[in-house]
Amino acid sequence: MIVSVDDLTVRYDGATALDGVSLFVEAGEMVALVGANGAGKSTLVRALSGLVPYEGRVVVRGRLAQVPEGREVFADLSVDDNLRLGGWRNGRRGRDTTFVYALLPELTPLRKRVAGTLSGGQQQQVAIGRALMARPDVLVIDELSLGLAPLVVDSLVGHLRELHEERGLAVLLIEQNARLALSLCSRAYVLEAGRIVVTGPARSLVEDPRVATAYLG
Amino acid sequence: MSDLLAYVLTGLGIGAGYALVGSGLVAIYRVTGVVNFAQGAFAVVAAMLTSTLLAGGLPHGVAELVAVAVAALCGVLVGLLVTGSPGQSLIITVGVGVFAYAVEIVLWGDQPRSFPGLGGVVAGVQAHYLLILGVTVPVFAAMGLFFTRTDLGKALTACASNPYAARVVGIDVRRMGLLAFGLGGALGGLAGVLTTPVQQVTFDSDVALIVNGFAAAVLGGLRRPFVALAGGLLLGVAQTLIAGYGGGAYQLEVALLLMLAVMIVQAARAGAVREAT
Repeated sequence: MIVSVDDLTVRYDGATALDGVSLFVEAGEMVALVGANGAGKSTLVRALSGLVPYEGRVVVRGRLAQVPEGREVFADLSVDDNLRLGGWRNGRRGRDTTFVYALLPELTPLRKRVAGTLSGGQQQQVAIGRALMARPDVLVIDELSLGLAPLVVDSLVGHLRELHEERGLAVLLIEQNARLALSLCSRAYVLEAGRIVVTGPARSLVEDPRVATAYLG
Repeated sequence: MSDLLAYVLTGLGIGAGYALVGSGLVAIYRVTGVVNFAQGAFAVVAAMLTSTLLAGGLPHGVAELVAVAVAALCGVLVGLLVTGSPGQSLIITVGVGVFAYAVEIVLWGDQPRSFPGLGGVVAGVQAHYLLILGVTVPVFAAMGLFFTRTDLGKALTACASNPYAARVVGIDVRRMGLLAFGLGGALGGLAGVLTTPVQQVTFDSDVALIVNGFAAAVLGGLRRPFVALAGGLLLGVAQTLIAGYGGGAYQLEVALLLMLAVMIVQAARAGAVREAT
């Protein structure tokens, strides 16, 4: 098990954003976390990265990297600098970007461009590349598809599949687009108002009436 | 003609001092979002300390370097205070500035101090003005290289650009803020040790320094060190020309007017952007 979360609770100024959430991700597994706006998805991401205080237990065996919601690229820096800073924790030798350009070849012609001037899809690639620079064992992606054109999403999904299949990268995909998440991942959790309400293999969740009516329309 | 050249060169020397104070403000603001009103105090402390060290027998160069290092340390201390109480940075930096007065008066008294700089006259200008310029320009070049060519410099820019993302990739944003405060302290200190031989320093010299430094830095929205350099040089030249051909009493007013004009233009532009969106 590469990520295990037990009874995780996060409170902001008295309001409970996550209430006793438990989940896990096995090595090399693709897991989806589906939920509506305000369900607590981004809070979970922050807790996993240690960016908010929490109660409960979060264990990450290996390296976790995050693709934050809204991409959050360094808008004033070049694509290349964005990628290099992704390897910040790995020291000077960990900042060789060659393998990222090989995995995401669309970024190669953009390497000198200032990231803030790129399209949403290109910025999402930068954010994914930057996370890969940390040489993660598990990638947590907060909203892969939000605000992107379907064709762009298809291409990103293709890259993600490649990374998963060829490099054995584990992925925790947090998505509003439940259809996309369930088609890509093998297992899924449904988060509602800070609690996990449904969990199981993605295929069975597609047929679950609670999921179908609320998230698949 | 020779008068004009002398005024311009003198103005560039004076302006370089403003640019150093201004870029110290920029270094801190870019990374931490804090406008450091104690910035002038770094210059005063470094200048006073240099006068003591020189009087104590330390050679030129060493005394100045020690003073700049102490100013950098003061910067880090102010940074620790500010980052320890988020949301109160303004009152803290103003408070530190006032507290610095007390410390300076206790340590060095309330009389003006100075120390000899580079002697001699070149092209009708005290050679020391040229020395100020000759130190400032390479310092800015080194800073430019630091911010654009080194990973540490880029990490500082990253904190300014997107602090949340900086934390996501594992950059210690607080530590980078302290580094920025240290850099700001060193730049302020450098301004103090460079300008004191041509401009006596008293405990309250920080007011003129911060007004002029802020006027230089505000041109680039407190974010662009090279605009602060250009702004500082421009301001210095404008002031010496006005003093040379007009009256010497209006130097600070020039800075205040420039600052006001820039801020009004920027506010009007920001307003237009808000209306357009």
